[in-house]
Parts: sequence; structure tokens; C-alpha cells
Amino acid sequence: MKTDNQKAWLLVLPVLILVAFSAVIPLMTVVNYSVQDTFGNNQFFWAGLAWFEDMIHSERMWNALGRQIVFSGIILAIEVPLGIFIALNMPKKGFWASFCLVLMSLPLLIPWNVVGTIWQIFGRVDIGLLGYTLDALGVDYNYTQGFYAAWATVIVMDVWHWTSLVALLAYAGLQSIPNAYYQAAKIDQASRWAVFRYIELPKMKGVLTIAILLRFMDSFKIYTEPFVLTGGGPGNATTFLSIDLVKMALGQFDLGPAAAFSLMYFLVIMVISYVFYIVMTNADKEGGA
Amino acid sequence: MSDETAAAPGAAHLPGDLSPEDANTKLRRGSRFSGSAVVMTLYLLFLLVPIYWLLNMSLKTNAEILGSFSLVPQNLTLANYETILTDPSWYMGYVNSLIYVVMNTVISITVALPAAYAFSRYNFLGDKHLFFWLLTNRMAPPAVFALPFFQLYSSVGLFDTHIAVALAHCLFNVPLAVWILEGFMRGVPKEIDETAYIDGFSFGRFFVKIFMPLISSGIGVAAFFCFMFSWVELLLSRTLTSVNAKPIAATMTRTVGAAGIDWGVLAAAGVLTIIPGALVIYFVRNYIAKGFALGRV
Repeated sequence: MKTDNQKAWLLVLPVLILVAFSAVIPLMTVVNYSVQDTFGNNQFFWAGLAWFEDMIHSERMWNALGRQIVFSGIILAIEVPLGIFIALNMPKKGFWASFCLVLMSLPLLIPWNVVGTIWQIFGRVDIGLLGYTLDALGVDYNYTQGFYAAWATVIVMDVWHWTSLVALLAYAGLQSIPNAYYQAAKIDQASRWAVFRYIELPKMKGVLTIAILLRFMDSFKIYTEPFVLTGGGPGNATTFLSIDLVKMALGQFDLGPAAAFSLMYFLVIMVISYVFYIVMTNADKEGGA
Repeated sequence: MSDETAAAPGAAHLPGDLSPEDANTKLRRGSRFSGSAVVMTLYLLFLLVPIYWLLNMSLKTNAEILGSFSLVPQNLTLANYETILTDPSWYMGYVNSLIYVVMNTVISITVALPAAYAFSRYNFLGDKHLFFWLLTNRMAPPAVFALPFFQLYSSVGLFDTHIAVALAHCLFNVPLAVWILEGFMRGVPKEIDETAYIDGFSFGRFFVKIFMPLISSGIGVAAFFCFMFSWVELLLSRTLTSVNAKPIAATMTRTVGAAGIDWGVLAAAGVLTIIPGALVIYFVRNYIAKGFALGRV
């Protein structure tokens, strides 16, 4: 049981100051821009909610949001089942378990722009193994020009990059199942599917929730990898929310619209985070871990 | 994680001819074993082939990369690595990245330790709201913060310094460290704290001498994750630097020149960025999942 102690605030204070400096001040700057207009020379005018109205009616933002949702949906639909499947097939202990863990973690530790570079080099028709092979097989594949090729490459890249995360979490969930459960199933002559459905899946619920929400949120703010690989192209085909936002804010210096866009983007993330928080604290209560 | 301990009660209920290890092996692996090996081999190949291709490219000359197509370098060359390791504008990129990553890790862990202790042990006014607010920062898209960060750090004269990037990365690393450490700390029974206080330990002495050694693996995992997320981030570190603190990730864009892309050097630079992660991963391999689950497995 926790005890009440208001002095605990003193222990939290350093974190509060530090994160407030890196989060609250910049966020207020964004709020500031979102309600003002400028004609340069640091002359700002009150613009009220005009930018928000602009953005809500802007086709560009809705398109980026649509692409973003489709992208996140597809990668979740692939990575979650694949991750569970991989986790079920991992060695349980010993040298090979460590071996798999280390190799699987490797993509997670590669800087995100290098992930883009790896797939750029791997996918190019002239120098890449993937592009060259597909080309030799007669497939019309060019991720810099073809809409479907660009999407397929970005999705395969994300699957390559992050499936191990889902697999590692599912694996940790599986490891926490006591052997007695399997023995009981064995005595009951349970089928492989029944073992998965009634023992393994319920026990993985907590970690899978974390995996799904982390993957959803991180894919929702993806920037570097597609930026390096396709630059958001061809055309706007792979321009996701963050890429569009950076284009608007740092490329065109449309500060007002970009700030309004940021705030709405952030709001979506906040709502999802809240769901995440509720789900996780409930899981804590149930599991007691 | 409690395979061994949990097996004991199960064994007591079983007839003698079916040892727990047997049941386990038959049920979990059994005839599927070879199938599992095939699945894992295919998956690991899928993960490693693109990395191999990067390595392959880094050991070729540009003439060979563009002129012919081969699975192994025909004229093995280390010239690309030599270019990077002898040119300060290249290797300083690695030094800069390492400096701000280490600074960030030290800052994040130092402030997160007491905060995580407070969250794991005490109820206080607004604790749940604060905990949630920290989490939202972990989820915040860096793109939202790029421009305001640029202006904030420019206005306080920190633009293009290592500490600017280190502080900016605290935005997502401090919440992460607090969450992971809190997860580890709640595994330590409260009786230990109480006994220490009864024995006359001051809070500071108890925390450093007794508590920190108990959660050393948690500190290791949290440090690893801070290191990792600071190391892989590009958007903020690129926005906040120009010359003096330019990270390797931004330096890599240099390979795009008037004469096209210098593929060999780009690949070599990429390979060198993978090495630090690959080195530290071995030490935390058993805790990686727990870290990604924010300390909640």
C-alpha cells in the first residue's frame, strides 16, 4: 500500500521543471502562433481561430490524416499477428533464445534515418538486392515513381523495423505463463489452438495492449524513415502527418496554419494516450505486477 | 519470467512418468520444433539481409556499386571507412552524437530516479495527473516541437550546442525513464524502506546505498532505453544543430552531392551507426521486452 505524503512533490520537482522547460514553453509558443498572423518583421496580428477553421476545411490536412490512418491500420494488421506468430516460434531458453533476442532487437537500435538508407540501398533497381531481383523477375518496381511500390516499400520497411517489438513483448508475456497451465492442458488433451486461445492469448493480453498502442502511436508520428526513403513521394503518396507538418512549418514557414495543425495533431495523440493510460492502469490493477 | 519456480507446484500433482520438462517439451515444441526453426530462420533472414546488403555496399568502391551487381564485394575495399575515420567533419558527427546521447542519459536517469521513487511509494496531490502528463510527452510527435524548440534554444543562446539536443531529448526520455524505473521499483517490497528507516538510515543514504543496488537492473534498462531513443532520433537533433554539435545522422546527408550520391561512404556511415547499439544490446537482452513495455511485464 502507498502512503500519503505531500513531500513526495519535492522528489518529483526536478522532473517537473525539466519537462516543463522542454514541453510547456514550446507548446505555448505553438499556441501563440496558432492564433496570430504575421507579415514578417516580427509583426504579429491577432487572428483568432481563423487558422483552425482553415485547417479543418483544408483538403491537404484531411488527405494527410487519411494516409496516416491507412498506414497505421495496415502496419498494425501485419505486425501484430506476425509478431505473435514469431513469439510462439521462438526458442524458450538457452543459447538460441538469447541469440534470437539479440538479432531481433538489432533493427530497433538502428537510427531511423539509417533505416531509411538501408531500404533505399536495398530497394533501388540499379544497386539494391530487392529492386534488382524484382526487376529481373519482370516486376515493374520502382519505389521513387510507382504509387504502390512506394507504399509497399514503406510498409515492408516498417514491418522490418518494428515487428520485433511486438514479438519481444508477446514473448515476455508467454514467458510469464507457469508450466502448470501447459501440463493441465496436456492432461485435458487440449488442441494446439485451444492452448493458444484459452491460455496463451489471455495471458498475453496486457503486453499485447501495450504493443498495439505503442505501435499505433509511434506509427502515427512516423517521420524520418519515409522522409529518407521517399521524401513523401511520389507526389504526395507517402506524405504522412509529420512530414506534411514539417514541410509546412520549416519548408514554407506557414507558421499559423502549421501551429493550428500541430495542436489538432497533438490533441488526437492526447486522446489516444488517455485511452492507453486507462487501459494500462487497469491492467496494473488486475495483474498487480 | 518465473518458469522454474512455477514448475515446482505443477510437478507435485503429476504422475511420476510425466516429468514437467517432458510435458513442456512435448506440448510446446514437440513435432513443431523443426517448423519453429524454419520460421525463425526465415524471419531472421528477413531482418538480416537488408543489413547485410548495407555492409556489402560499404565494402565496395562506387565504381563497383554502380558498374556491376554481385552478392559479395569483388574488390574488397576499406576506403569508405577510411574516408569517414580520417575526416574530422565525418567522425566528429559520431563524437557529437555520443556526447549529447550520454549527457541526455545522465540527466534523464538522475532526475527520473527520485521521481519514480515518489510515484512508486507515495500518494500525493495530483500524482495521477502528473504521471499521465509525463506519458503524453512520450507520445508527442517531435514534428510539433521542432520549430518552437529551434526558437526557444536560439533565444537562450543554446542553439548548436550538445546540451540543447540533450535537453530536447529529455522531452521523451525523462517520461520513459520514470515509467520504466517505477515499474522496477514497485517490485521492491516496501518493508525494505521501512526497515532501513528504523535502522536510522537517512533518505539519501538509504536511496544510494540500499535502494539503488536493488534496482540496478532497472537503472541499466532505463539507461539503455534513453541511450537508444536519443541515438536513433534525427528530427530534433538536426533542427537544433548546424556545425558544432551536428549529429552523425545529419552528417550523412552530406553524401548527396553534385555528382550524385556517394553510396559507398553512405553505407559505411550507416554500418558504423549500428555498432554502438549492437554492442550494448547484449547486456540488456533479457530486459528489452520489459523496457519496451514501460516496465510492465
